[in-house]
Amino acid sequence: MNSMDYDVVVVGSGVVGASIARLLSSYELKAAVIEKFPDACFGVSKANSGIIHGAFHHATTTLKARLELKGNMMYDQLHKELGFPFKRTGIIVAAFSSEEMKTVRLLYKQGVANGAPGIEICGSERLLNLEPGLNPDIAGGLYAPFAGVVEPYRFVFSLMESAQLNGLDFIRDFEVVRSSYDGKLHQVFSSDGRAVAASFVINAAGLYADKISEIFNGEKFKIHPRKGEEFLLDRNSPARPNNVIFPVPAKESKGMLVIPTVEGTTMIGPTSEKIDDKEDSSTTYSNMERIFLQASRMVSGISRRDVITSFSGLRPVLENEDFLIEKSQMAPAFIQVAGIQSPGLTAAPAIAEYVLEILSKDCGLKLEKKKSFIPEISRTEKIYGISPEKLDELIEKNPAYGNIVCRCEQISEAEIVDAIRKGHTTIDGIKFYTRSGMGRCQGGFCTYKILKIISRETGIPIDHITRRGNGSFITGERISGELK
Amino acid sequence: MIKKTYDAIIIGGGAAGLSAAWNVAKAGFSTAIIERENCLGGILNQCIHTGFGLHRFGKELSGPEYAEMDIDLVAANKVDSFINTTVFEIRSNGILKSVFASSAEGVTEFETRAVILSMGCRERNRGNLGIPGTRPSGIMTAGLAQRLLNIEGYLPGRKAVIIGSGDIGLIMARRLTWSGAIVMGVIEILPYPSGLARNIAQCLDDFEIPLYLGHTVSAINGKERVESVDVSPFKDGVPSLSGTFKIDCDTVLISAGLIPENELSVKAGVKLSNATGGPYVDSSMMTNVPGIFACGNVLHVHDLVDYVSEESENCGSAVVSYLSSDECSCTQGNISAGSNIKYIVPSKYRTGIPQKFYMRSLMPFENAMLTVKCADKILFERKLKYVRPPEMQSFTLTPEMTDGLNENSPEINVSLTEV
Repeated sequence: MNSMDYDVVVVGSGVVGASIARLLSSYELKAAVIEKFPDACFGVSKANSGIIHGAFHHATTTLKARLELKGNMMYDQLHKELGFPFKRTGIIVAAFSSEEMKTVRLLYKQGVANGAPGIEICGSERLLNLEPGLNPDIAGGLYAPFAGVVEPYRFVFSLMESAQLNGLDFIRDFEVVRSSYDGKLHQVFSSDGRAVAASFVINAAGLYADKISEIFNGEKFKIHPRKGEEFLLDRNSPARPNNVIFPVPAKESKGMLVIPTVEGTTMIGPTSEKIDDKEDSSTTYSNMERIFLQASRMVSGISRRDVITSFSGLRPVLENEDFLIEKSQMAPAFIQVAGIQSPGLTAAPAIAEYVLEILSKDCGLKLEKKKSFIPEISRTEKIYGISPEKLDELIEKNPAYGNIVCRCEQISEAEIVDAIRKGHTTIDGIKFYTRSGMGRCQGGFCTYKILKIISRETGIPIDHITRRGNGSFITGERISGELK
Repeated sequence: MIKKTYDAIIIGGGAAGLSAAWNVAKAGFSTAIIERENCLGGILNQCIHTGFGLHRFGKELSGPEYAEMDIDLVAANKVDSFINTTVFEIRSNGILKSVFASSAEGVTEFETRAVILSMGCRERNRGNLGIPGTRPSGIMTAGLAQRLLNIEGYLPGRKAVIIGSGDIGLIMARRLTWSGAIVMGVIEILPYPSGLARNIAQCLDDFEIPLYLGHTVSAINGKERVESVDVSPFKDGVPSLSGTFKIDCDTVLISAGLIPENELSVKAGVKLSNATGGPYVDSSMMTNVPGIFACGNVLHVHDLVDYVSEESENCGSAVVSYLSSDECSCTQGNISAGSNIKYIVPSKYRTGIPQKFYMRSLMPFENAMLTVKCADKILFERKLKYVRPPEMQSFTLTPEMTDGLNENSPEINVSLTEV
């Protein structure tokens, strides 16, 4: 086996690929993740609601429901080991009529059947006690106390960091265009002519799982993108509930929510709209109106004045709406992990275990626990919200903590440099790793500072730095020289 | 933690902070400016065009030249300045304040009796405006583009569309054209321009850059970098999509207003006005928190730096009175915005002294009458020509005008009417 041969290669470094990667790194295996973008988490996992769901939305018969609850339960341990922002806020499903209360009762029964712990039906009085910001016209609803919120990109980054710490290779800018199989090894080729070889390949390619399956001669299925638009409100917005507030769900989606993000902002959305273009991340004027109308119906104090940004994400949806996780019947030594839409983020840790079980049971891969596995990763101190005394101590150890680069989210130069040294060298990579540029000025003040720090740390000229790879350059060319 | 003591601490070393600082220091009070950037002068440093100082100095200066006038006065009056230092918290301990700031040297606690807020403002961005479309690279505020071009030396892009006809956007339209980029147009949602008339003439008309009044960008298109924008007429509060046309561009600059940056103020307990986004201040430029003052764009957005300096000099003088404890003990009355007026600053008046007020109209007028009334009594009236929301109006309330008001300082109302 030469140095580029792996036992397992995972295609894609979203939450699914990263969860599988970290679990693989805990076994005596040679494994790699290949990613077409310059950083992890630049696809589906970047733009979603960040909810750890409550295991009551999906029918007990589905694979989704099983993995959702199991995944939810795994978050505490992962949080302890990896330290990503995570909080069990609870979920409230708010009903405004007796008709909607009927659906709430069905959800409750489904939740109980799924084994969701602590779930209850509440009358309006109890709900308003739990959540004083709710519209007082509420009829009642469902309360799932063990559901929560997570910062999805920090979660994915920490999984990848942990996997790499334990020996997994992360190969960036590797877009798979071709593959071959010689009975033992897959040869996987990238658009820029690189190749890796692997005994087993796992398809965790999100929106493009259908294309990857085709490249490996696997099953023919189609991933339908379903778009969700969301709005992010300033952390000073008066509309910040304690729980995630859901409406009573519609047929295809869980509806538009009011989410107290773990970062301290409020998010409203998402819409749910079938589209054809997998690259369509656009937002529209009419959906903005709808989102505000529905969110304001549930929670008071939501104002357009507090919007700091909006975005849209795409759910990778299969025809039957369920997850597809199985050893391919058509492609050899190939595992499909496709259609991982909501509650994919919640289920991801359980999906990883499920995939490893397939590798071991169905594929005959020998799995031996790595004795040297280190579950924890190093934590970088953050200066947001710390006391003057603590900040002073940090600056004494590293003066770069004293230079506040992102004023809105209070991110120091030390944190930016740490992100760059961990391999995040695009503006979006640093933004999602540190939160710089995610606050109310949306990078208006800090972008040029971050460009200069990236350039200083990596030697990349400022006009070559991108937002998220390819041609997404931040500035045009340099037109005036350094003053001598 | 380092500890320092001053009579007054000024947060922000831009136009407002500089003027306020030397006016406090020249009365003999120990004064320090805390500035987060690596030099004093604030946004003036990136405004390399001329047009500053006509009112205050009677000549046309560039931004850096204008700043230098105040920086020299700051030095001459022995104001200490701390650059590369960011204030992150203000605590009140009764009459004393503690201002905590961080720099590479560590955290410094500045103990002081008076704090002047002069942090300026930030630009409204795409999210604030809710502009739909995709999320490519190449969308930035006009101020960031100005920084990249004028200080860092990089062309923001080759073919630009500017959203909003605010002054920074207009200045950038000309600057980009001079640098070899093409400006395809300026899109303004209102039926009239937001920037100064002289900037429309000198930055757009002179270069034949189209100005689309009453239009909005209904979508930004592009995958990696901006490729085009959809422009639609704006009718009855919504984009009229049937009249949409496309403009090709690789860059979108946003120049659609400024927001006073008051997160630090709010944390310190300062109450803000919804109309200005800045603190309510009384006739001494003092906020609701005793000993905390505000001036410049953090208080309300000005259209000329000359007015920022004037207001800040007054703020400096008021702080001197506060520190000298020779404040007039007479009561202050409310002065409020009446018909067609968006806001008036300060929101309190005091009899017996001349006091300047700044305000903005809610709509444009060819000929308007400014009326200052107390109940039914007209204190003063003035005819104004060409009143437009982007151009700040001001007037001085003299002791003669308020002479004869009763001792309880009843509310004064200011209004504009068409004549």
